[in-house]
Amino acid sequence: MGGTVSAHHDAETLLEVRGLTKIFGTLKACDNVDLNIAKGEIHALLGENGAGKSTLVKMLFGSLEPYSGQILWQGQPVAITSPGVAKKLGIGMVFQHFSLFEALSAAENIALSLDDGAPIGQIAAKARALSYSYGLPLDPDSLVGDLSVGERQRIEIIRCLLQTPQLIILDEPTSVLTPQEADKLFETLERLRAEGKSILYISHRLEEVKRICDRATVLRHGKVVGHCNPREETAASLARMMVGSEVKSVVRAPLEGIAQAQTLLEINGLSRKPATPFSVPLTNIRLAVRAGEVIGIAGVAGNGQGEFFEAISGEARQSDAAAVRIRGKDAGRLDITGRRLLGAAFVPEERLGHGAAPRMKLSENLLLSRHATDGKAFVGTGGVTKSASIYNAAQRIIEVMDVRKSAPDPEAAALSGGNLQKFIVGRELDRSPAVMVVNQPTWGVDAGAAAHIRQALIELARAGSAVLVISQDLDELFEISDAIAVMHNGTLSAPMPAAEATLEKIGLLMGGAEPGHAPHEGEAA
Amino acid sequence: MGMLEAILLTIATASTPLLIAALGELVVERSGVLNLGTEGMMLMGAVTGFGVALSTGSPWLGALAAILVGAVFSLLFGILALSFVTNQVATGLALTLLGTGFSGMLGVGFVGQPGVRMTNIYIPGLSDLPLVGRLLFGQDPLFYLSIVLVIAVSWFLFRTRAGLTLRAVGDNHGSAHALGISVIGIRYLAVMFGGACAGLAGAQLSLVYTPQWVENMTAGRGWIALALVVFASWRPWRVLAGAYLFGAITIAQLHIQAINLGDLSFLPGPLYALAAGVKSLPSQFLSALPYLATVLVLVLISRNKRLTMMNTPASLGSAFVPDR
Repeated sequence: MGGTVSAHHDAETLLEVRGLTKIFGTLKACDNVDLNIAKGEIHALLGENGAGKSTLVKMLFGSLEPYSGQILWQGQPVAITSPGVAKKLGIGMVFQHFSLFEALSAAENIALSLDDGAPIGQIAAKARALSYSYGLPLDPDSLVGDLSVGERQRIEIIRCLLQTPQLIILDEPTSVLTPQEADKLFETLERLRAEGKSILYISHRLEEVKRICDRATVLRHGKVVGHCNPREETAASLARMMVGSEVKSVVRAPLEGIAQAQTLLEINGLSRKPATPFSVPLTNIRLAVRAGEVIGIAGVAGNGQGEFFEAISGEARQSDAAAVRIRGKDAGRLDITGRRLLGAAFVPEERLGHGAAPRMKLSENLLLSRHATDGKAFVGTGGVTKSASIYNAAQRIIEVMDVRKSAPDPEAAALSGGNLQKFIVGRELDRSPAVMVVNQPTWGVDAGAAAHIRQALIELARAGSAVLVISQDLDELFEISDAIAVMHNGTLSAPMPAAEATLEKIGLLMGGAEPGHAPHEGEAA
Repeated sequence: MGMLEAILLTIATASTPLLIAALGELVVERSGVLNLGTEGMMLMGAVTGFGVALSTGSPWLGALAAILVGAVFSLLFGILALSFVTNQVATGLALTLLGTGFSGMLGVGFVGQPGVRMTNIYIPGLSDLPLVGRLLFGQDPLFYLSIVLVIAVSWFLFRTRAGLTLRAVGDNHGSAHALGISVIGIRYLAVMFGGACAGLAGAQLSLVYTPQWVENMTAGRGWIALALVVFASWRPWRVLAGAYLFGAITIAQLHIQAINLGDLSFLPGPLYALAAGVKSLPSQFLSALPYLATVLVLVLISRNKRLTMMNTPASLGSAFVPDR
C-alpha cells in the first residue's frame, strides 16, 4: 500500500452518505447506498451502465430527490434540494455532456453558474486567468457551438473551479478526450488533490481509475458491492467486481490472405459541406474496406464521425455517385434502401429515433428496416405483410443475440439500451450483409453485451464481409479492428494496421497531428 | 399638415400595436415557450382598456387595466402549459379562442359607443419641426412607450444577467435546471410579460388607433405579431423593422386603393405608369401585399443561417418536466 493512500484513510471525512435509496417505478436505481469521501482524495465510483452511478451523483448534486437515506456534509446532515443548494455547500459538478448552452459564449456559460452578478467582462478575465494557470487554455469569447468536445469540457471544469468547490464530481470525464488530453486532465486533478480538494471520479475505464484514484466504491444493480484500493487491484479483478462474473474476452482470429481480398466498401474522395452551422465538413475522405477485415475509425466526438456515417449510410446522399461504392457499384446517389439492396447494412449511433422507432414492437422495427431487402419473406401479394414470418424472424434474432425482454414482442423503448442495441445489431447481422457499417456499437451497453456484439462483428468479417466500426471507445477499437484510421476535423488518416497501432500514435492523430501515412498492407505496395 | 406627413403618422399608429405585441411574444419565445394566445390576449386588453377608459374617463387607467388583464389572462396559459405541462400549441390556440369569445361577451354593451382617445404628447419646440416634427415628437404616449420597449428588451436580453439567464432557459432547459436555475419560474415571468404586452397592444387599438370597441377588432394582428417574431429571428430591432414595414405597406396599399388615377397626372411618365400598373391589380392582391412583402423581406434578411441558429431558442415549444 502506498504512503499517500494510508494518509487519506485517516483524513477527515468531507461527505458521508448513509443508506441512500432512489426508486423509479418498480426499479430501485439506488438501494441503500453508503459512501464516504475524505478530504483531499480522489474517490472512484465504479459500475456498469445502469448500475446507479448517475442516479447517486444526481442526488448528491440536488437534481434528484432521494427516497430515503441521509447525506452528511462535514459531519452535518444536509438536505440537498436543488443544484443551487449543492453549489452553496461547495459541491461542483462536471457533467458528462449536455450541460452547456451552445448558442452562448464560453464566458456567458460560466457567468450563468456564478451567483455574484459580476459583469461578463470581469468573469471572462477571471476564467481566462484561471484556465491558463491550470494549463487548460480557454478563449472566453468563443461560441460553445463552435468548440470541440474537449474544449467544452474545459469550460465545464473552469466553470466548476470558479465556484471554489470542496468536492468536484466528474462524470465519465475522459470518454470524450484523446489520451493526451486525458493526461492533461489527470495532472489537473492531481493538482486539485494537492490543494486539498476532494474529487468523486465516475468512470468505467479501469486503467485510469487504477492510475489516479485513491479509493473506489463499486456499484452493481444499485447496490454497493465493494470498496477497494484500486492500486492494489488488477483491471480484471475490478471488472469482476463491477460485472459480478467473469467477462468473456473477445477473440480475434488472425486475418489471412487479406491482400488478395476483394474491396467491398470503397470511399473515394468523399467531401461534404456542413449541414448546420455547428456541424463539421468532410474533406476528401478515402477508404477501402475489404472482405474479411474490420476497420475501426477512432476520433474525438464531433470530428465528423456522425456526418461520415450519414454519408455512407445514405441518410445524406452525395452528388458524386462514385464517392461511395458498395460491392463495386456506385452508390453515392442511392438512398438508404438502395444501399441496403446492394448488400450493405447500417447501425446508427442513436438507438431510439434512428436505429429503432421507440413506440413500435421489435417485429415492426424489423419490418421497417428490412421490408425492401427481405421483401419476399416479409411482404406478400398486394403489399400485405406476413406477420407470422416477421414475428418468427424477430424471435430468431432475439434468441441468437440473447436479448433480454419482459414480453414476447415488446416495444423498442421498453428494452434497456444494451438489449435494444443487441437487437438492432442482430437485425442487421441476421441478413449476413456483405458490408456492415456501425457507429458506436456498444455505447452505453454493459460489458457482457458489449463483448457479445464485438465478437459477432469479428465473426461476420471473418465469414467474408467488410466491417467498418466508428467508435469513441479506443479499447474497443483495439480489441476488434484489423486496422485503425483516425478522423480529425472532417479528414481521415490512412488506416494503421493493428500490429503497428499504439494508444500513443492513435492519440496523437486524434489530437490533430499530421497523419503519418502508415501504408495499409497491399495498398501502396 | 401635408398628405405625406399624415400618411407617415398613420403608419406609426398602425405599426405600434404589432410592435408591442411582438416584443412581448419575443421575450416569451426567448424563454423557450410558444404562446399562440397573443390574439386572444390582445382582444381582452382591447375590451378592458376601452371599458375602463369609458367608465373612468381616463385612457391611462384603461391602458393600465389592459396590461393587468393581459398578464392575468396569460397566467392561465402559464398554469396550464407550464405547471400542468399541457401541449403549448393547443393551449395557446385555446387561449385565443377563449379571448375572442370572452371579449365579445364583455363588450356587448360597448358596441357603437364613442370611446376615449389617449391624447398625443407634443414636445414643445421639437414637434413643430417640418415633416418629422409631428412624427417623432407629437405622437400618442404608446408610440413612445413602444420605442422605449424595443431598447429596453434589447438591453435586457443582451446586456443583463437576468436576460442571459432567460436566453439560457430558452436554449437548453435541461442544462439550465442542472445549474440550479428555476426554469418554470422564469418562464412564468416571461409569459406574463408577454401577456402584459399583448394586453397593452390591444388597448392601443381601442384607445388610440380607432377609439371604439368592435368585436374581434384585432383582425389577426396577434397572428401577424407571432409571425414577425419568427421572421425577425427573435431579435428586437428586426421586430421593429418588420412591424413598420408591415404597417407602411398596409397604409400605402389603402391609399393606392382609394386614390383617383386622374389626381396623379402630375407624375412623370414612368412613375405614372407604375402607379397605374399597381392600381390595375386586383384589390385582394393589394390587401395581401403587406403580408407578402413582410415575409419576403424578413426571410431575405434572415438568410444568414449561423445567426438564425444562434438566435433561435432551441427548446422553443418543448415541455419541461424536472426529473425529481
